[in-house]
Amino acid sequence: MEAGFPELIDTRGLRLAIDDAFNWVVIEWGRQLELAFLPVLRLLNNIEDGLLWTPWYIVILAIAGIGYLATRSIATAIGIVVMLFLTGLIGLWEPAMATIALMLTATFLAILVGIPLGILMSRSDRMQSIMLPVLDVMQTMPIFVYLIPFVMLFGPGKIPALLATIVFAVPPVIRLTNLGIRQVDAEVIEAVTAFGATSTQRLFSVQIPLALPTIMAGINQTTMMALSMVVIASMIGAGGLGYQVLQGIQRLEVSRGLLAGLAIVFLAIIFDRIAQAYGRRVQQHLHNS
Amino acid sequence: MSSSTPPRDPKISIEHVYKIFGEDPQSVLPRVETGASKREILEETGHVVGIRDISLDIASGETFVVMGLSGSGKSTLIRHINRLIEPTAGRILIDGEDVLTLDEKQLRAMRRQKISMVFQRFALLPHKTVLANVMYPLRVDGVARDKAREAAMEQIETVGLAGYEDRYPRHLSGGMQQRVGLARALATSADVLLMDEAFSALDPLIRGDMQAQLKELQSKLHKTIVFITHDLDEALRLGDHIAILNDGELRQVGTGEDILLHPADDYVERFVRDVNRGRVVTLASTKRDATTLAASELSRARLIELIERDGVDAVVVVDGENRPVGAVSEATLYAGRNEPDAWWTDTGNLPMPEKASDDTVLAEVLPRFAGHSTPLVVVDAEGRVVGRMSATDALASLANDDG
Repeated sequence: MEAGFPELIDTRGLRLAIDDAFNWVVIEWGRQLELAFLPVLRLLNNIEDGLLWTPWYIVILAIAGIGYLATRSIATAIGIVVMLFLTGLIGLWEPAMATIALMLTATFLAILVGIPLGILMSRSDRMQSIMLPVLDVMQTMPIFVYLIPFVMLFGPGKIPALLATIVFAVPPVIRLTNLGIRQVDAEVIEAVTAFGATSTQRLFSVQIPLALPTIMAGINQTTMMALSMVVIASMIGAGGLGYQVLQGIQRLEVSRGLLAGLAIVFLAIIFDRIAQAYGRRVQQHLHNS
Repeated sequence: MSSSTPPRDPKISIEHVYKIFGEDPQSVLPRVETGASKREILEETGHVVGIRDISLDIASGETFVVMGLSGSGKSTLIRHINRLIEPTAGRILIDGEDVLTLDEKQLRAMRRQKISMVFQRFALLPHKTVLANVMYPLRVDGVARDKAREAAMEQIETVGLAGYEDRYPRHLSGGMQQRVGLARALATSADVLLMDEAFSALDPLIRGDMQAQLKELQSKLHKTIVFITHDLDEALRLGDHIAILNDGELRQVGTGEDILLHPADDYVERFVRDVNRGRVVTLASTKRDATTLAASELSRARLIELIERDGVDAVVVVDGENRPVGAVSEATLYAGRNEPDAWWTDTGNLPMPEKASDDTVLAEVLPRFAGHSTPLVVVDAEGRVVGRMSATDALASLANDDG
């Protein structure tokens, strides 16, 4: 062991300190936090119940309808109908709806948090220099690491799954909101300032509308990342398609894992198409010549 | 340096303005004030001197052109007027009020109501229609939608874009886009209009049209216009006064004619060398003294005497008010050599001279020399004789390096 790195400090002590501190937070604040996130849980459950309560054919038609409105393409709409129908056919309708609910809630909350953060970041270089490394860490940290503190705080269940998903999925929308606003033509900003606009008027009448295509790209990425998180989140009780995959692993059932995986791919394709089409629509409105 | 007298009550007064870009401009200011060169400052402190000790007075209702090549600081200078850029030192007065003392709210009010701006690359809002773009400054100022729409439509018609109000800027040509920019700037009825290379991005024909349109508008509106350009022809065409900037320093201020005829230094002279003087130089500054004779003293002998004395080819006969009533050349004298003395005292027998007003530019009088070589009699606004201009003199003034 001579070649090994010398033990300069006792890491056990350090780890114990971190764990103790966190345990203290869990004991002192666990209950309050749980109460605070109750509305989020309710939102998630309502969406899931709504999707399951609505007859399956109406859900399929509604999603296909949204897809058609976004892409103006009959082929895409038919594709959506086929993919969702297949998902139901292989017996995965209920887990698929649970997954959609989790993904929609997570994406919605990520946007709700991410856009204001992105705006703050775009308005101050100092804020940007603080946020960028934080976002880098958030995106490179192994996903499983997020699960530990959330499970400790809330116990296994939907809330920690949702929060871990949000933390994992929020960076793109923050980054691209910041980028989009910073990329708005400086001359246009100058003009608006020269006409006496306040910074709020500038933000809402010019910066956000002109950054919208970039922000939409961020939302698209966030949606995809939320979807990719569902398998991992299922380990701490998110349910849905991820749980099917997890069961496949535990029982060594290739078929179960494969079918659930296929359903996840279907959902990814559907939501990617819809989000991208909206992004393109916004872009076209601004930039075609 | 300046060859024109400053206006007594200027609309905009720029007083000893300095702008230094860099980490700590104030620390460098004393060195710049004592005359360290731009290069020394950059090499020793890493600061860039944008503008050095500029003072200008701009009269109400005039078109004041600031001209210079890129990097001369002209765009920096114009942005000081509405404080898009803060000076390192100096004062900027508008209607006698120091704009640097305004707080955020007062500054916004000034930008909304007093000063508007037109930009080189138009800077229209690409996601708004022409109408919404022109309404924008009014809406920012809190004008109700209906009133703003009405005012905007009026300006859209003024610039000749009626019918295009629902289009988006990207659907319009460059010239039309800049008209939207102009309409937007006019919509607030601000009395100061800053135009930053407003026509530079347009192709030459469109640029000419826009210059003509601006002149026509200005003749009705009498705004105080500060116009930035790098094009001397444009400066001469639009400017009542022109300031020439080089490397952040003011080289000369004056009327176009002043600058062409009396360039302050080598830089200005090189600048104006290739310009078409005929379009700028007026008869007032190039005329020669005319030999005049009061109609009451008219006689053939006296005419001969004057022609010989002054060595001129013609004498202008004037009435009691110094207005021309006839002109006598050697040819006239010869043709009337057999007429009696009484015939010579009647001005009705003399040919009327060709007249030209003293504010006419040379280019306009040249064609009038075609077919004959009689000098023009130059008269002032009241019709009184102030001088003469022969074809030879006119051509000499056009060609001369220093008229």
